[in-house]
Amino acid sequence: MADREERKFAEVPRDSVKLMAESVGVELSDDIAAMLAEDVCYRLREAAQNSSQFMRHAKRRRLTVEDFNRALRWSNVEAVCGYGSQDALPFRPLKEGELYFVEDREINLVELALATNIPKGCAETMVRVQVSYLDGKGNVEPQGAVPTAVQSLTDDLLKYYQQVTRAILGEDQQLMKVALQDLQTNSKIAALLPYFVHVVSGVKSVSHDLEQLSRLLHMVKSLVQNPFLYLGSYIKSLVSSVMYCILEPLAASINPLNDHWTLRDYAALLLSHIFWAHGDLVGGLYHQILLSLQKVLSGSFKKLPLGFCFLTSLCVPLQAVERVLFPHLSAYWSNLQAVLDDDSVSNAQVKADGHKVYGAILVAVEKLLKMKAQSRSVPVEGSVAVRERSFPGLSPPQEPVSEPGFGIASHLLQGAAGVPAEEPVPVPLPVMYRELYAFFGDSLAVRFSTGPGIEPRASRAAPPQPPDSKKEGMGPDTTRKMPQLTASMTISPRQDSSPRNEPSLPAVQNSSAAPSRFQRSSSSSLQRSKPPPSKAAQRSAGPTREVFQKSRFPLPPAAAPFSFLIAGRQTGRRCQGRRFQTSFPQLHPPNPSAQPPRGYAHKLPVIGRMGKPVKRWVCSQYSLHLPL
Amino acid sequence: MAAVQDGSIEPEPENEIKTETSNEVLGNPGDASGGVPPTAPVAAVATEKPAAAATDSTERQTLLAVLQFLKKSKLFESEEILRREAGLLNEIGDSQGSGAGGAALGGGGGAEPESGDASSLLSRVAGAVATAQSANATPAPAKVTPVVTGGDDQPDVNVVLAAYSQQGDPVLYPVYYSGLKRFIDSVLDCHRAELSQVFYPLFVHMYLELVYNQYEKEAKAFFDKFHGDQECYYKDDLRILSGLTKKEHMKGNETLLDFRTSKFVLRISRDSYQLLKRHLQERQNNQIWNIIQEHLYIDIFDGMPRSKGQIDSMSGSLAGEAKREANKAKVFYGLLKEPEIEVPLDDEDEEAENEEGKPKKKKPKKDSTGSKSKKQDPNAPQQSRIPLPELKDSDKLDKIMNMKEATKRVRLGPESLPSICFYTFLNAYQGLTAVDFTDDSSLVAGGFADSTVRVWSVTPKKLRGVKTAGDLSLIDKDSDDVLERIMDEKTASESKNLYGHSGPVYGISFSPDRNYLLSCSEDATVRLWSLQTFTCLVGYKGHNYPVWDTQFSPYGYYFISGGHDRVARLWATDHYQPLRIFSGHLADITCTRFHPNSNYVATGSADRTIRLWDVLNGNCVRIFTGHKGPIHCLAFSPNGKFLASGATDGRVLLWDIGHGLMIGELKGHTDTVYALKFSRDGEILASGSMDNTVRLWDATKAFDDIETDDFTAATGHITLPENSQELLLGSYMTKSTPVIHLHFTRRNLLLGAGAYNP
Repeated sequence: MADREERKFAEVPRDSVKLMAESVGVELSDDIAAMLAEDVCYRLREAAQNSSQFMRHAKRRRLTVEDFNRALRWSNVEAVCGYGSQDALPFRPLKEGELYFVEDREINLVELALATNIPKGCAETMVRVQVSYLDGKGNVEPQGAVPTAVQSLTDDLLKYYQQVTRAILGEDQQLMKVALQDLQTNSKIAALLPYFVHVVSGVKSVSHDLEQLSRLLHMVKSLVQNPFLYLGSYIKSLVSSVMYCILEPLAASINPLNDHWTLRDYAALLLSHIFWAHGDLVGGLYHQILLSLQKVLSGSFKKLPLGFCFLTSLCVPLQAVERVLFPHLSAYWSNLQAVLDDDSVSNAQVKADGHKVYGAILVAVEKLLKMKAQSRSVPVEGSVAVRERSFPGLSPPQEPVSEPGFGIASHLLQGAAGVPAEEPVPVPLPVMYRELYAFFGDSLAVRFSTGPGIEPRASRAAPPQPPDSKKEGMGPDTTRKMPQLTASMTISPRQDSSPRNEPSLPAVQNSSAAPSRFQRSSSSSLQRSKPPPSKAAQRSAGPTREVFQKSRFPLPPAAAPFSFLIAGRQTGRRCQGRRFQTSFPQLHPPNPSAQPPRGYAHKLPVIGRMGKPVKRWVCSQYSLHLPL
Repeated sequence: MAAVQDGSIEPEPENEIKTETSNEVLGNPGDASGGVPPTAPVAAVATEKPAAAATDSTERQTLLAVLQFLKKSKLFESEEILRREAGLLNEIGDSQGSGAGGAALGGGGGAEPESGDASSLLSRVAGAVATAQSANATPAPAKVTPVVTGGDDQPDVNVVLAAYSQQGDPVLYPVYYSGLKRFIDSVLDCHRAELSQVFYPLFVHMYLELVYNQYEKEAKAFFDKFHGDQECYYKDDLRILSGLTKKEHMKGNETLLDFRTSKFVLRISRDSYQLLKRHLQERQNNQIWNIIQEHLYIDIFDGMPRSKGQIDSMSGSLAGEAKREANKAKVFYGLLKEPEIEVPLDDEDEEAENEEGKPKKKKPKKDSTGSKSKKQDPNAPQQSRIPLPELKDSDKLDKIMNMKEATKRVRLGPESLPSICFYTFLNAYQGLTAVDFTDDSSLVAGGFADSTVRVWSVTPKKLRGVKTAGDLSLIDKDSDDVLERIMDEKTASESKNLYGHSGPVYGISFSPDRNYLLSCSEDATVRLWSLQTFTCLVGYKGHNYPVWDTQFSPYGYYFISGGHDRVARLWATDHYQPLRIFSGHLADITCTRFHPNSNYVATGSADRTIRLWDVLNGNCVRIFTGHKGPIHCLAFSPNGKFLASGATDGRVLLWDIGHGLMIGELKGHTDTVYALKFSRDGEILASGSMDNTVRLWDATKAFDDIETDDFTAATGHITLPENSQELLLGSYMTKSTPVIHLHFTRRNLLLGAGAYNP
């Protein structure tokens, strides 16, 4: 009850009032400032209240700046100009002092006026009619259905549609890029959306042609990224097309020369992007996907490799990873192990796939661990008991929507024998780490690239671990950078305290200059349209005054330990680690900082390997980065 | 203070008069209906009225008060006029009718009040209206009309607020309140629900008293402690209250002034009331007793206490339920007699086919009741109760067209649902604010946030303007196709833009003859556009704040508008000043609708009530409470008997106009209902909402279920059947398009409209 009664409106602190007064040269006493602040709050609420009326009468759901200004004007207050822009205004802190401001760039009007690229005008408002329900019986055209024929379009639109589809599916690369670019930025193609969706839904008919498939995916990407399009129910059709590319045993994949992995990766990326950008539209779908993933997991290996790449790319479901992947891992592991260990020639293809899967799982698991570590570090300060039981930062309480899906999941789980962590209760971090380490061995630990600085503390919470020669070998400065993923997420508390001392440049260089196979396997995270890892690292490492960052990434204060980070190999007793783990220590020269990450990664066992490592990578990178 | 007192007792005289009026009408229809129209046209004029027959002392007092008021407002001219007229009583009777609204309502001119009876009646009506005006001026002082108030709202506000100045120990407030709470919790179940109604108004008033007396901390504590107990449908008001912690803020807060100036009305059975009274007197709980005495109006009835469900269905408005007397007046909800089609009568216009029942059905019925002798539905008003424009030749043509179409009309029912055709506004960029169709569904108009109004032709026939004056003079005026010749082919286009407003257009309405279009806007004007020349003809200025809605009368000529200034205005197209001002709502008027017989006007408001006003005398004849959010659409059933209303709470409520009762609740929508429409035969009710659905409801069943029950009309206590799901015939999704308008074509095809909302 008490928290429900929290008043939910903005408060203007008196300091702000004082500051504003100062800026116009008035000295205010505390009392007056407090009074004024309170009054300002009240007036603000009043104006907000009034502005909602304008919104309601304009039959909108979104309150606009315009509405607010109207409310102000009608209460004889000057309107606030300059906030009508569609783009969000960046709200920044000033480095020195606790000051926040809205960045207000100066615009050179002369430049704007003389600019040659005159912005396109808005399309003319028009009325279109269609019979939606005949005799009240059902849909003539069901929701999100795509039309089978192009009709009832204006000539212009029809021409546009034909040109664009031809360009995208045609031979000319350059033309395709132009068409995709336009598809992504054109504001007038809402009416064509169903037709494009229809085109995309043709993936099934070209499953033998990787080139065509990827072009269709590019098209999806353009559509998804077009800010003027509302995908609405069409998103389901799009997603199912993308899913097809990820999950189905494409005809093209029979031929080992075909690089269908690139396509799948790209599709997974795209899917992840759709989830990020349009998560509200695809809520139910998400659980479906998890479910199908689960089926893949509990099924045989033959079907399986396909599922994993996209699993890793969906970084949303870290808790899903925990709940779905983790419990199944051991059962699945034996399959994978068998495949990877089979050196026969006939198995080569499958084995290569197996490595990719391996890499994908590894990435997913790492993310999971990191997230756990981060969420864990918060309660550490509080009681120890809490920390063992729950992970507050992990996720909102498991949403009821997901329950049906996972209900089936638990049913499936019961079939799998000997799964240690079957109970849905979150597994304590150290336990989980130990188990995972049992599977992955050093390749897991290495990816966390922790400095020795935190090691002593780590031993406090984790079970006693034997000293690891590898770790000891590390230099005191933790500049050793692993491929991008490491750079992005594992910032040790010590680094946090002085983020600005650490230049972001090396991280960028590292991540871009590391053509490792790790990168291949985790390329999904690289390509994602998220801020580059180094940036993220910097941001999350920001000092405490960045309130927003702080609340989102509950970073531990300097004292909080990463208890799990270094684990000895002995912990993997239950299950033998991968054989190639043993080779790790040898790869480590005494001073890893001298070892360029590239070489290090290069010598790692093949994970997510491509035919010809470096060159091939460049090639696939190109294909992933097709300038859309 | 005086004004306030007047305000609170205002309904009694009003009702008294109304019953008299209705008696009069029944007894001597021609005379009374002719006699009343000139009363109370414009507010300013209305204040002059009492002078007409100010013979007894109360009239004189009123007169003096008005004079004083005018003086205070520095309206010397009006004052002088009034003074002069008060001195020259006898001359007024004749000049009044034509001087005021008489000219506008020309038809009534023949029966001027001459008998002493009628004039005294007239004066009392006028007096009541005058007091109503001045009383209603207080809640929104600066708004009623500029003439009346002229900017002295400050004193009034202070008077209003001063009522809170009585002191009590702030510490005891929670004690009192929880004491009462304990008591109510302990009473018998049957009384508890009724007595619980007291909580909310009491809570608000106690809180405001604390705030007014500047016990800020105590007020906050009081609020925090008890606001969780209040019914959830008050949460919007509570949010406003919670933000209000300073005495200074109370002055500017309209919600609060409303709360203070209008007594919160509770309906409580006598038993429950006695219980409460005894308790409070035993405990000597004067603080609470005073509040109940001063700020609440307890409408005591005899009989069974109401159940929680019954209470909940009726409560939720800003000022409690309607008093029972408020809904007692007789309403002539019947339809006007239709003219013979082939031989159209000249005395009336029959335009709005959507309002009349199915002609095929109605005709025989009328014949059977002997309509040949001009007798008609006993519930219908006199044909000439409101002067209506004469039928033009083109109107007759249209009528014939309509009849032809009607014969091809689809009979709708639960088994045969209408087809739905959706007009989607593309590229509207969240700017579409209002839509209207012409009755014959040939034109669509859209109002936009960018101040424009656009008209589209949805038939192959393009929109053409009339030629310029120079070209027109060249036309052979005797040719048969002159109407075709005056059109300028060069201007033919699918759509036309109408520019003129300087703010978002919130409401539009086609005239029944398709020659005009009305639009109202945030710029406080209502504009009349010609669809012949596609130009603006008139800008009606009268509202001082944004105008939220406007609608043409089904017979044309009149139109109604309502807006943020809380009054609805009735206009005639050829008058630049309003003919009537309907004042009484406590918050914005959000939607306005004409009754099919054009004699009544319904207004929905943000105070969560619906009021029905008599166009003839400006009285409020019905107050419907029960919505829990601002009302955004209204629809009369084609037979004029029922009213449907939709609100932000997503519910559609059905009302019986004759009995003044809520008769149904349709639950299903999950967002604001913005559009409601009955099918042409009134068998289906279609509702469109922000949640992107159109829903069809079985109106016949909804009304029949009620009608077969014996009405508990006397008490007004209804138990709503929980049958929304049975009544829901279908729910149809649009494609990301909020439905903001619905329309049944003459053949019962359902048209929807909305802007694709990316």
